[in-house]
Amino acid sequence: MEPLTSFNIFTNIVSQFWVVWLGIILVFLISIRTKRSTGLYGKLFDSPIGMTGFVLVLFWVLTALFADLIMTHNPLDQVSGMKNKVPGTPLRGATENDYQWYLLGGDHLARDVFSRVIAGSRIVLKIAPLATLFAFMVGITLGLPAGYFGKKIDTTLSFLANLILAFPVILLFYLLVTPEIIETGLPKYLAGVMFLIPILFMLLLWQSRFHIRPKVRNKFMLWTLLVGGWIYLGAAFNADPLVIIRNLFYGPEVEWSLFPKGLVYMQPNILIVFVSVVFVNSPTVFRIVRGMTMDIQTRDYVAAAQTRGETPWYIMLWEILPNARGPLIVDFCLRIGYTIILLGTLGFFGLGLESESPDWGTTINSGRKLLSIYTHPALPPALSLMSLVLGLNLLADGLREQSLKD
Amino acid sequence: MLQFILKRICVMLITAACLTFIVFFLTNLFPNLEKLAKNQGNIRMTDDAVISWLDKRGYSQNIFKKYGEWLGVLPSLKVVDDKGQAYSRCSRPSIPASEASDFCGLLQGNMGFSSVFKDEVSAIISKRLSLTAYLMMAVLSVMIPMALAVGVISGMREGSRTDRTLSTFSIATTATPEYVSGVIFIVIFASSKTGLSPFFAEWGWIDGRTIVKGSAASAMDNITFRNFALPVMALALYGMGYIARMTRASMAEVMTAQYIRTARLKGVKFSTIVFKHALRNALIAPFTVIMLQIPWLLTGVVIVETMFNYKGFGWSLVQAADNNDIQLLLGISVIAVFVVLVTQLISDIGYAFLNPRIRVS
Repeated sequence: MEPLTSFNIFTNIVSQFWVVWLGIILVFLISIRTKRSTGLYGKLFDSPIGMTGFVLVLFWVLTALFADLIMTHNPLDQVSGMKNKVPGTPLRGATENDYQWYLLGGDHLARDVFSRVIAGSRIVLKIAPLATLFAFMVGITLGLPAGYFGKKIDTTLSFLANLILAFPVILLFYLLVTPEIIETGLPKYLAGVMFLIPILFMLLLWQSRFHIRPKVRNKFMLWTLLVGGWIYLGAAFNADPLVIIRNLFYGPEVEWSLFPKGLVYMQPNILIVFVSVVFVNSPTVFRIVRGMTMDIQTRDYVAAAQTRGETPWYIMLWEILPNARGPLIVDFCLRIGYTIILLGTLGFFGLGLESESPDWGTTINSGRKLLSIYTHPALPPALSLMSLVLGLNLLADGLREQSLKD
Repeated sequence: MLQFILKRICVMLITAACLTFIVFFLTNLFPNLEKLAKNQGNIRMTDDAVISWLDKRGYSQNIFKKYGEWLGVLPSLKVVDDKGQAYSRCSRPSIPASEASDFCGLLQGNMGFSSVFKDEVSAIISKRLSLTAYLMMAVLSVMIPMALAVGVISGMREGSRTDRTLSTFSIATTATPEYVSGVIFIVIFASSKTGLSPFFAEWGWIDGRTIVKGSAASAMDNITFRNFALPVMALALYGMGYIARMTRASMAEVMTAQYIRTARLKGVKFSTIVFKHALRNALIAPFTVIMLQIPWLLTGVVIVETMFNYKGFGWSLVQAADNNDIQLLLGISVIAVFVVLVTQLISDIGYAFLNPRIRVS
């Protein structure tokens, strides 16, 4: 087998992504057809900056979704003789079924750089949006009452938020994301408190809206408690009800092929990464929500709701929050980008994630040691991270521009 | 004004006390202490031996008592074991425990003794901090003029083609954290195989094999463009986007103000309007942002110093944390927290001072 030329590497990579190109074309065709009826999302296609951002984000989302189709090799497999090989090197000892080349070369442990970048996108896009969503739930649930009631609640919560904000992020990571801290069980308790807040948020949402229709409320609340509680137990305490019930009936020795660790399971080291990222992000969200609540509560429609005798939580969740959605959506996009940078930082310092994990930060970290000799292992993850964050920032900019137009 | 400053300083001191206590708590958790005992004593220590090692050195006391000792408001515990050997946290290799003073804490100017570097923490920190100060000075002197220039130029004609180009550029810089731009810069400028260096070397434009160095280790003795350019650029690039965007927003707002329109209608030259009328009011908001950016640079400093092997403050943070050097980590945290709080204070006071519209009482 001959090594590939630069042009062939390029065409092979492009063809490897065929699923993604197809997906982008489909999404664009449908979106542009229906853009008059999809509100803010449709207006995005009037702004070139917003559209560029959307393409970049969509590219990585689809890549993460179809990673199994795009990857050419197993991201953890080490093939002897492929150590630090340049892009386009034919795979040594390849069989018929194998992909014949390492498209972007091999890293210092002879793994395929291309497949690792693709696998990394999956990890990054699994953690970052979810962690940002949690940070928003926490920030909103605490920011609304702080801005609405003011006084003691505001003073206390703002002091706590400022306390966390005054902590240098990197120091917090080094103190919180260590094996010793995991040993003490601290992340579990932090998660135990933090993950409770979204459930509380949902319950308040139903209670404030449907308290005069107890039947509807009870139905919503029951489902929230069932689904939320299941996820809560599985994610925070590693106590998935399915596993508990199985253990009760069959004992812990029986090996299960279907969901061996339950439906919801989070590795302890991922949990601490997740918790610390939420921890860093939520005070900023809190401050934004608090500021907007203070602003919006002087509006007439809030006064009208107060005169109608609505409860404070109804006003906060069903009057103020929907009217604050514009800036919150923009900030959500920006914050996912920031969270991705934070995850990269954690990976760069080898905190939390395993050393063989293909996420971009860890890959950059392992590639930088030989960077002046072999540039190919560290460059692709660095460019991937940059393009995804850039996409999110451009998307946020486009959304802001379009939402200001009306 | 004085009352406002005093109130802010009080809040700052309470915050500092809370934060240092949290750091103290997190670094003094039992697994950390156990690791310390095994590192300092014997790696195969039994659990009982660990406990007695910690007891003798006062690590097993109540966390609040330990915090008081570390702060220097409570006397340090002195233990004499059954062999007559005395232990105190104030003792040093040169000062035996029997002669050590009772108080040795932060308030006495004593930050403890580093278990890894075998030196006073305050001595290590002052040495490392001065190295980082050079880096920060270089970064700020590159970043602030660049950011302000980009912001002012794009903000003075909002919506123009220059504005769009520069805005996209500043968005791109905020999407490029130091560990990404560091990698890209090294590939382009500091690799003998890829990027521009091979061409430059072939054409004889540069002496060495690369344009600039990929390591800043030699900058600790002698700072040159070749060894300092990349870390400074990596840090400045990520920080400047945000300041530029804030400056742009502020500038664009000022340019729509009534008095600017009046000046234009009077026929004042555009450059005079920008420099004499608009700039002064437009730079109030970026001042706050620049001050708040300094603590943010701290994370960047840690990344860049690790990446370019520049042994400053950030590098020692990584060393202290990786090697479980509790006293050094505490000392570094105190400095970091102090920097954050002081810059916040300056930005608050400065904003109130610069902006006549803000009344503090």
